Formats: sequence, structure tokens, C-alpha cells
Amino acid sequence: MGKSSKLTSVSGRSILKRIDWLSVFIYIALVFIGWINIYSSTFTDEHSSIFDFSTLYGKQMFFIGVSLVTIVIILALEVNFYERFSSLLYLMSMVSLLGLFVFGKTIAGATSWYDLGFFNLQPSELAKVATALALAKYLSDIQTDIKRRKDQLYAFLIILIPAILIIPQPDPGSALVFFAMIFVIFREGLPLFYLVILLSLILVFVITLMYGTVWLIIGLALIIIILFASKRKTLKIPIIPLSLISVAVILFSLSVNFVFNNVFEQRHRDRFGLWLRLEKDPNKLEQIRKSIGYNTYQSEKAIESGGFFGKGFLEGTRTKGDFVPEQHTDYIFSTVGEEWGFLGTATVIILFSVLFLRLISLAERQKNAFARMYGYGVISVLLIHYFINIGMVIGILPTIGIPLPFFSYGGSGLLFFTILLFIFLRLDTNRLKESF
Amino acid sequence: MRKILLSLIIVVIAITFLGRLSYLQIFSFSAEQVLEDPAIKAIYDYPERGYIYDRNGHLLVGNDPAYDVMVIPREVKPLDTLEFCGLLGIDKDKFVEKLKKARVYSPRLPSVLVPQLSKQDYAKLQEKMRKYKGFYIQKRSLRYYDTPSAANVLGYISEVNEGDLAVNKYYVQGELKGRTGVERYYEDLLRGRKGVQYIQKDRFNRDIGPYKNGTIDTLPEQGKQISITIDKALQEYGELLMNGKRGGIVALEPATGEILSMISGPTYDPALLVGRERSKNYTKLYNDTIANPTWDRSIHAQQPPGSPFKTLNALIALQEGVLEESSTIQCYHGFYVGKKKRGCHCGGGLRNMNQGIYQSCNAYFAGAFRKIYEKFETTDEGMDVWEKHMRSFGLGDYLGYDLPFGQKGRIPSKEYYDKWYGDNRWSSSYIISNSIGQGEILATPVQLANMTAAIANRGHYFTPHILKKIEGKDITESKFTEAKHTTIDPKYFEPVVQGMADVYRKRGGTAYWLQIPDIEIAGKTGTAENFTKIDGVRTQLTDHSVFVAFAPVDNPKIAIAVYIENGYFGSRYAGHIATLMIEKYLKGEITRTDLEKRMLEKTLEAEYAKPYSGEEFKINERVW
Repeated sequence: MGKSSKLTSVSGRSILKRIDWLSVFIYIALVFIGWINIYSSTFTDEHSSIFDFSTLYGKQMFFIGVSLVTIVIILALEVNFYERFSSLLYLMSMVSLLGLFVFGKTIAGATSWYDLGFFNLQPSELAKVATALALAKYLSDIQTDIKRRKDQLYAFLIILIPAILIIPQPDPGSALVFFAMIFVIFREGLPLFYLVILLSLILVFVITLMYGTVWLIIGLALIIIILFASKRKTLKIPIIPLSLISVAVILFSLSVNFVFNNVFEQRHRDRFGLWLRLEKDPNKLEQIRKSIGYNTYQSEKAIESGGFFGKGFLEGTRTKGDFVPEQHTDYIFSTVGEEWGFLGTATVIILFSVLFLRLISLAERQKNAFARMYGYGVISVLLIHYFINIGMVIGILPTIGIPLPFFSYGGSGLLFFTILLFIFLRLDTNRLKESF
Repeated sequence: MRKILLSLIIVVIAITFLGRLSYLQIFSFSAEQVLEDPAIKAIYDYPERGYIYDRNGHLLVGNDPAYDVMVIPREVKPLDTLEFCGLLGIDKDKFVEKLKKARVYSPRLPSVLVPQLSKQDYAKLQEKMRKYKGFYIQKRSLRYYDTPSAANVLGYISEVNEGDLAVNKYYVQGELKGRTGVERYYEDLLRGRKGVQYIQKDRFNRDIGPYKNGTIDTLPEQGKQISITIDKALQEYGELLMNGKRGGIVALEPATGEILSMISGPTYDPALLVGRERSKNYTKLYNDTIANPTWDRSIHAQQPPGSPFKTLNALIALQEGVLEESSTIQCYHGFYVGKKKRGCHCGGGLRNMNQGIYQSCNAYFAGAFRKIYEKFETTDEGMDVWEKHMRSFGLGDYLGYDLPFGQKGRIPSKEYYDKWYGDNRWSSSYIISNSIGQGEILATPVQLANMTAAIANRGHYFTPHILKKIEGKDITESKFTEAKHTTIDPKYFEPVVQGMADVYRKRGGTAYWLQIPDIEIAGKTGTAENFTKIDGVRTQLTDHSVFVAFAPVDNPKIAIAVYIENGYFGSRYAGHIATLMIEKYLKGEITRTDLEKRMLEKTLEAEYAKPYSGEEFKINERVW
């Protein structure tokens, strides 16, 4: 990073000294491993130069270069720039999301891009950065008290607006990412209550689909009976709230049935069916594997065929044969599985986990509240991508198309994940100051 | 709590992911064979199957090109169906139906439209093939037989089935494999090894280039040309003689153990099991459960050997010192099995060994047999010694010849009788029928021939075998080139051989009138009683006609066993065939054309029809 010293002649040296090199190292490692696998899954014998921009891996190499330059710029900018301009950035990104309805370019059925000639910009990626910044800014404001309902509502709105704008693209996967930022609010004092409700709803949803409402009611009754039996003497049982909760759970369960059977389309039902292993008939299962479950099935098989040591770089036969669709983007992890085996997949997961844990510890050591909250925003966004993407690729989550950070092919994605991460690393270099 | 929750989630996710991945990649993983990988296609290059020649270099089995018209339904363009059908020689409806079937199988992959065109049709079609898009001609290789005989020895080939595929990973669907005979036993030699080219495919099954740059591809290895020990002329001649008769003939070269001919009657033309009519013909042959043409009697038919077996009892008696050549036994026109008398046709009187053999005296050998047992304190001991000698002639067990099937025959042991009669509740008189080759003894024609070869060699034999040369080089397998010695001292053979020679030489010998001019033969007739069940009733059928012989006596070139079911006297059918076969082999031509004519014309069909007629019938009729 020779140029950085010129741009930040005063603080350049101290930035390089204070930046968290562990995070930087893991970032570089992930980008490098990611590119290797993009190379393998898009490589053909005719094009062998890694800088051949007619190939996907060549393009990705170009964006890696762009990202590196961007990193230099991010580190060079004044540290309080980000806090100061976060509201404006948020506004701009919301406008850019709105603009998609007019000027958007449609790729694979989703109007999620602006055509900038040399490359397609995906504004939802920008919105992730902007939302994380805006949320941090709002929560760290001295006037905000997260215990207040009104402030909770505003915080939720910051997350909800981009999500609502993205859903109709349609890109429900990206929209989902924004909800992960609830973690930030939660870290800053959102009552546990909300999280419990969210988890309960997910639990009821899954139980209803897997076992049906009847069993849910039976289970509920059992819990209440046990409650009565054990606590009769010591505690007064809050009968009214308990019965209200029970009624609410049953109603929700019934509505899940209704929505699942009447509102969801067959492909959605199939996705959930596949995920929760609802289909027991082997013939229909085969049918699902060939249609809606094709990607997941092929991806699982590709990973499985890698075994412990993998087939070796460029030796993945299923990768070469393009058996896993979208392998260089959303399903890039299956290439790791086939060619590098369990050793490779475990390495990637450990790298990600170490990065996340490191970022948490970085966030926690911030004296400045904005930096801390932004840090949690970064972690939430990266974590949800990692969780949903790998979960989908290895077949334990339903198919939701979002990329694996730093790995998946795609210029916008790589660039904005880089920006997201390095803004935080830049903030972290100033961690000792309470305000910028 | 709020601070560590996220860390906890991260760790839980990591553990879940690693758990799932280890389930997939470690526990579910089974090293994928290249051929099971859906992304790899193997293209095979098939070598030509090896030719099979007879011992004199005459071709027996070769290959014939055959032409299949193939179709890839997706690539078919509109065509002049009428003209095309005319060229193919099929009608339009059938053409449309076949095309539909092919499309159902796969629009992308080739299917056979018309299998095995004749050369003429191929010639006509070839020029015009360009006009028909989506169709092409694929050359295949079919077995071609340069002889109508030896079907049982050569065997046949057919497509591999599910069972073969499960057992042997070499084969893939649609390949051919030897099923019986030489084709089966020497499958690996004849087949060669197919070459493989691995192609990387994409998920639409399209080729996208060689897998691993072709580094693991292999070149085909040619099938080997082999020569078998069969004498084509002798084999064909023997099959002619078997016209209308059931049974087996096996001829060996005593000095080597080479199988000169191996005939089973009735048989079939091996060409029937090749080509378009194959399955129809196979079903027909297979369903004939009465004549059973696919059953190789020369190695499968276990029958009582009858009188030829006397020669072995004579040898054992000499070896054990219980008889000398000059010892005599009185024949009272028969002997007793318990209280039942069995007759003897020798004429009666005081018999020595020589007379016992050439006149086939039952009483003499019953006496000899008893003497063998009386030498020992217990019957068990006697039985053990007797059994050991018998087995040394290759009886009662698989001989070890290089053909895929066969039967053991039977030489009973003391355990066998203990089971039958109860421990120690039997003695030599219970089993006296064994002395004349009846009783519990069973042997296959190839075992009889081998036994005869051992006598011809005066005490040793070479394991009978069918393979002579591989790619022009003589086989060196020690199993076939090393002599197996019998437990009888060579010096005891001469009296027995002379007795067998007198069967032809002496007036009163059972084959006196079957001599061959200028050739000295030694032989032994046999007439074996046999029974069947008709509607659950044990019924005796006409005796089997048995004959073993070797010639010339002093320098044996051929040893032969002939077994003709229900042919009555040994000298009748079996004796005739044996002498004709020997003459044919040694002289190359037949001087006694009257004998030959009789054998070519006479059939036993009427005899074989008797048990199925549903009427009373006579057996062992004197006229013929």
C-alpha cells in the first residue's frame, strides 16, 4: 500500500500500525481462496491468462484490484467522514433503490442492477453499507433511548425501508439481510422480549409444518400441565397471560397452515418441503430433486464427492461439468467442497468464524458508540450472508439466493463487502478516541 | 449476556456447519469410481475377439463383421420414409414404431434401429446413408463358425446381464461374454482388454473435452488367437456318427492328455446362437428338455461305467497281490449278490485274468473284488485301499480340465455305505456290483477316456485339457504338462493291456469282429444296466452301450471312451463308433465302409421314444 502514505501523509504510518492485521489477513485469505475457486469453476482450456477480462475469473481479478484501491481510499479518508455523511449516504442509497423501478436493468428475472456500461452496479449492496452506518448513527445519537417505543420504531424503520424497497425487485434474499441488523439494536439494549418472540414464531412455524397443528396443541398442553404440576405450591400461575399466549400460538399455527397452503406458491412449498424433509415418498422426492431441489442436490453431491482431501485443484469433475448451477456465484462453496474436501471447507468455516469473533472483540473495545454499533452492523450483515449461503449450499437451509461474502463471483458484492469491512477497520484505528 | 450472545451464535453455526460437512464428506463419502461419476463418460474401443483354431491350424471360430443401423432421434430430419424402409428391408409401420421406441429410450443417445444387416443390404445402404440425417451404420463383430460341430466345446457368447455386472466390474451393459465351453473358460484370453477414453461431460451430457487430458485413458489390448486340442476332422466325423444317438465320446492323446474330440449327442450347430435368430434358437434348444442338446454329456453325464471298470479291478487285485495273472476263478454262469444271482455271458468254466477280460467274465471279477477285500481284516480297510486306487485314476472327482463345467462322478467310500446301510452293517458282498462297474459307481465319458489313457500309458495320465497354443506358443502350465501317476505299479499293466488287446484279437473276444486292419487296438466293452422312473415306478431301460479303447497297443496315439445311452451291447453302437473313430484318426480314412454306413444310418430315436410312449415296451431287443 505504497500510495496510502502519500494520501494520508500525516496519519498514514499510524493507520498501518494500528489497523487490525488479523482481520486484514483473513480478508485477503478469503478473497484469495474465493478467487481460486471462481477460477476453477469457470476455467476453460482455451483461456489461460488470469487477467483475461473476457473470462469471469479475469473480471473478478479486476474487481479485486478495484477493491484494493478502494481500501486505500477508505483508509485515507478522515475518520469522522463516515459518521458525518451516514445520513446522506442512507438517503442516497434509498433513492438509488427507488430509481431501480425506473432505470433498473433486469438480470435473471430480478430488476436489481444499474447498467453502468463497464459493469452492473447493484444498489442493494450499497444499501447494506448505508443502512449499517445510518443505524449506528441513529442509535449512537445522544437523544436516542432504545428503551423507548418510539425510538425502537425509528430504528426498525431504518432497517425496514430498504428491505421493503428490495423485496419487489424481487430479491427477498437480500431483503432478509437487513433484518439481521436487529442484532445491533439488541446489543444496544432492545428488550430480550423481541428476540424471544421472533425465535418462538420461527419455532412454531417449523413445528407446524413438520408435525401439524394438532401435535403443537398437544405439546403446548403438556408444557402447561407440567408447569402446573411443578409450580403449584410456590408460585401463582399467571393464568390469563398464559392462556392468551396459548391462543396466540394456536392462531399463528393455523395461519401458518393457511399461508403455506394458500398463499405460498408450489415452488415455495417445495423449498420448505425439501428443507424440512417433509416429503417421504421416494418418487416425489426424486421429482423434487430434479426440479426445485436440483441445485441443492447437486451441490450436496459435489461436496460429498470431495471426501476428506478433495479431488484437487481443477480436478473437480462435477465442477468442470457444470453440474451445480450458479456455482461461481451463490454455490461457490460447493467447489471448495469438491476440490479441497473437508480440509478446505473446514478451513473456510474456521476463517470466517475467527474473523467474526475478532470483529466482535474489535467492536467491544471501541470507546466510541458509533464505531461499536457500526461494527455490530458489519458483523450482522456478514454473518447472515455466511449463515444462509453455506447453510443452503450444504443443504440444511432452504434455497435463498444470497452470495457468500468475499467468495462469490460479482463485482458489486465484493466491492461493497470490502467497503463495509474496511470502514469498520478504519474506525477501529481511532478506537482510543471517544469522539472523532 | 448481550455481549456474548452473538459469539455464541457464531460458534454454534460453525459447529453445525462442520457437523454437516463431516457427515457429507467423511461419513457419507465413498470414493467414487471414475465410471460412477456422472460427469465422466467412458468411450470404449473394443478389440477383436481372438480366433480359435483346431490342433492342426484349421480355423474353428472367427469373426464376421455385422452392421447395425443406428439412430439418434433428435437429429433425424424429414426423410423419404418409403425409400429408406425399402433399403432397410422393413415395412413402414415397423420403422415408425422403432423410431418411437428409440425416442422414448433417449432422444440424444443412439439406439439400434435395425440390427445385423446382411452384407448385401449393407452394400446397398452404405452409399445412400448420407441422405438420412440422424442415422448411421455401426460396425460390430459377430462370431463366425467355420464348422457345424463342437458347439459344446466351443461354447457361445452373449450379452452380459445384471448378475455379471455385479460380479465383474470390467463389463458394462451391452458387452459380450463367453457363457460356456472354451469361450467361457478362456474369456480373458479371447476377449482381450477394451481401450477406454474418458470424456468430461457437462450436466446436459455434452462432451466438453478429455478427462485429465487423457492421461488415464488406455489402449485396447487385442484378444489372443488360441489353438485348441480338438481335431476338427475327428470331431466332425464323430458328430456324424452320433446321428440320432444320445451319449458322449471323448478321445484323448494319452501322451499329452490333449482332448482330440469331445462329442455330445444330440448337439447343435454353433452358428444357431449367433445373429438375429439367436434368442429364438436358444429358447428352442433350451426348451428341449428330453433330448437336451445344450447339455454336454461328455462332461456332465454321470453313468455306471459297466465292464470297462473291470480292468481297474484287475489292476488293483494284481497290485494288492491277491491274484496273479495265472490265477483262475470258476464261473458258474454268474455270481451272487446276496441271494440274487447275476448272470454272465462268458460261457462259464475256469477263467484266468486274460479270459476274464477279453470275454468280460462277471464271475471272475466278482471273485477278484472279494479277494481284494478279504486281504484286509476289516471291510473298512479294504474299502479305503480300493477307493485310493480308484481315485488315482481320476475317478470320483473333478479331473481339473480347462472347461468351465463338469461332474465328479462317484467312487463310493466307506462313509457312503455307512450312511446307506448303517455303520459296519455292510460287507464286500453288499457292494459286489462295483466289481463290474455297476452298483454305486458313476463316471463321465471324459473320466472313462482318462482312465483308458492311464492304462494306455501303463500307469500315468496327463490331466485332459483343451488349450493347445496361445498365439502359436505351446502351453506350459504344469498342471497339464506333468504326469499324474496312478497307485498301480507299471509292471502290472501289461497283462491287463494284453487282455484288452485280446478283446479284438481273439475269437470269442467281445469286439473280435471290430478289428481295424493293420492297427492293433486294445479295448473293453461295457453294457450298463440302467433304470428310470416312469409314473413313479422304477423301470429298467435298454442297457447303455459302453466302449473304451486305445491304439496302437504299443505306442498309443489315441484313447477313447464312447458312451451311447440305451445302445444295448457295448460292441454294438459304442464299439462301432470307437473303432471307426480310431481308424479315422490314425489312418485319416475309413476302410470298413459297411460299418461306417451302419453307424451313419442307424438311430436310436425309437428306443428313446419308448419310455414316453405310455405303452408297455420291451428292452434289450436282440435284433437291430
